[in-house]
Amino acid sequence: MDVLQKSSERIPLSQRPEYADVKPVPQDDGPNPIVPISYTDEFRETMDYFRAIYVADERSLRALQLTTEAIKLNPGNYTVWQFRRLVLEALNADMNKELDFVDGIVEGIVEGNSKNYQIWHHRRWVAENLGTDASTRELEFTKTILSKDAKHYHAWSHRQWVLQALGGWKDELTYCELLLKDDIFNNSAWNQRYFVVTRSPLLGGLGAMRESEVTCTVNAIMEHPENESPWRYLRGLYRNDTHALVKDPQVASVCLKILTAKNNYVHALSMLLDLLCHGFQPSLEIRNAVYGLSDSGAQGSDLVKVVCSILELVDPMRANYWKWRRNIVPAQAAQCLKDDGLTGLSL
Amino acid sequence: MGELAVEKHVKFILTIEKEKDSFESVVMEHIRLNGAYWALTTLDILGKLNTVDQDEVVSWMMQCQHESGGFGGNIGHDPHLLYTLSAIQVLALFDKIDALDIDKVSNYIAGLQNNDGSFSGDMWGEIDTRFSCVAILSLALLKRLDKINVEKAVNYIVSCKNLDGGFGCTPGAESHAGQIFCCVAALAVTGSLHHVDKDLLGWWLCERQVKSGGLNGRPEKLPDVCYSWWVLSSLIMIDRVHWIDKEKLIKFILDCQDKENGGISDQPEDAVDVFHTYFGVAGLSLLEYPGLKAIDPAYALPVDVVNRIFFGR
Repeated sequence: MDVLQKSSERIPLSQRPEYADVKPVPQDDGPNPIVPISYTDEFRETMDYFRAIYVADERSLRALQLTTEAIKLNPGNYTVWQFRRLVLEALNADMNKELDFVDGIVEGIVEGNSKNYQIWHHRRWVAENLGTDASTRELEFTKTILSKDAKHYHAWSHRQWVLQALGGWKDELTYCELLLKDDIFNNSAWNQRYFVVTRSPLLGGLGAMRESEVTCTVNAIMEHPENESPWRYLRGLYRNDTHALVKDPQVASVCLKILTAKNNYVHALSMLLDLLCHGFQPSLEIRNAVYGLSDSGAQGSDLVKVVCSILELVDPMRANYWKWRRNIVPAQAAQCLKDDGLTGLSL
Repeated sequence: MGELAVEKHVKFILTIEKEKDSFESVVMEHIRLNGAYWALTTLDILGKLNTVDQDEVVSWMMQCQHESGGFGGNIGHDPHLLYTLSAIQVLALFDKIDALDIDKVSNYIAGLQNNDGSFSGDMWGEIDTRFSCVAILSLALLKRLDKINVEKAVNYIVSCKNLDGGFGCTPGAESHAGQIFCCVAALAVTGSLHHVDKDLLGWWLCERQVKSGGLNGRPEKLPDVCYSWWVLSSLIMIDRVHWIDKEKLIKFILDCQDKENGGISDQPEDAVDVFHTYFGVAGLSLLEYPGLKAIDPAYALPVDVVNRIFFGR
């Protein structure tokens, strides 16, 4: 909800000569009880005048001004934005100035209300009109929004559109790295990282980037093993190539380190399960690290069972999930070994 | 554990609907149709739909329809897919879908499908998987799915699938529980759930449950009652709801009630609104909280309403 600024300088529309011939149109909403609050009067008057102009389809400068005032009072009203676009087109307006206008609206909005589809869609329409020249400005704009809320979904969506439609990929990976340095838990930044690595025309694609990306990811995991995002990112790097995931010594090694440290090991155990179901042959150290986490001193027991028992204990909210994995991983692992022609080996 | 303050919530909703000049009502006037859907569906789940003047609502709503067949968010507002779905859903609640010129509405919706299978929200061209969902649910309820290219629609949604099994608003966009609901519901309704990696997505979804028992929408974000709907319905549609702790979630939702004045908020102690009241009640229904009507996880309408549409009385 927008916080309206006290507009002591505002002249009511009914007193402005340039709107003298406009007959305001009230919202047809049913019976009208009393209106106790003064700023609702301002709002109501502005919308009544807007409706008059809208119904008359008047695409003039004063129409533009009305949409400006209506938007400032309520940036969520999509009909006003749409009419504004019609007026801008009719007036052949300066699109750079329009970006200035949107900047102003966003700045004037209380925290949380730039999460409004209308503003972003309007921005995109304006930028589309400007073409590739707008790329730098739009990347800067989203950067500003993200500096206040680094997970702002609309800003990220806009930024992705800008990169693909208007270009500007050069510094994007560096930008992701900066954001992750600020907050290694920022899932949006991890997502953007994947976006850049897989889609940037300036990088070599996932194949070329994988090794360096794995190293970065593993470092992030070591910093905070409880961080969900890099674990998923790691799996993403090996999408469609689980053999390579299983064979990558960095992956097994990071699991071992975390399990040995006995701290924040839930995701490490979960990764171990994933490895096991794809045919991973755990070393003795890994086995011992797992047994070391278990109360029941389960030496020599089925590794999958032990891992899942630990997880059911330390992550009880998802106990059913871990129970399910306990049942299914051995079957998946057996299938994998069979596919590799390695039957007879046990876990 | 607390209880659901049904009478208070009903009173809250009926008051909101009457207070057309409150500040909230006035600033939200352009999405009043959405508000009507949230309010009325909640009332129906609570067994109190009959407290509303059906004719008044329907007659107001039909005035929101345009020549094109689409509905605007209120009288005098431009048509958009979002409000068109809300209109269809409200008419479904009242068993009045036949008040519509079904061909006209479905032509409006079908006309918004793009070449790549995606849907624009309206003539201005914003594309988002939310609109794919809304278009598909609308046409399914109208029994006119044949008016669009379903295969292309499905392919577009699948192109928005991410490495974590989730879905974003466009290809490459971050997985988000709201978008996931939209994609999974659309795939469910078109018989295309085989495109979903249910185990992978189920795990991502069950990881949304945080210590308080509430659900967030993305990793490392705060829980919010509305995710009780989006995450939960998605889990139900892919058959993995047993992977979360239902009791803890019920407790979280109940803690978000304003037991004195009615209504449910996004988090405990925050201000209530009709949006979160709907999602809280709908979430509790999915969790089989006693005394509530069952709700369909894909259509977001009571099951008896959906059955009436697809299987007759």
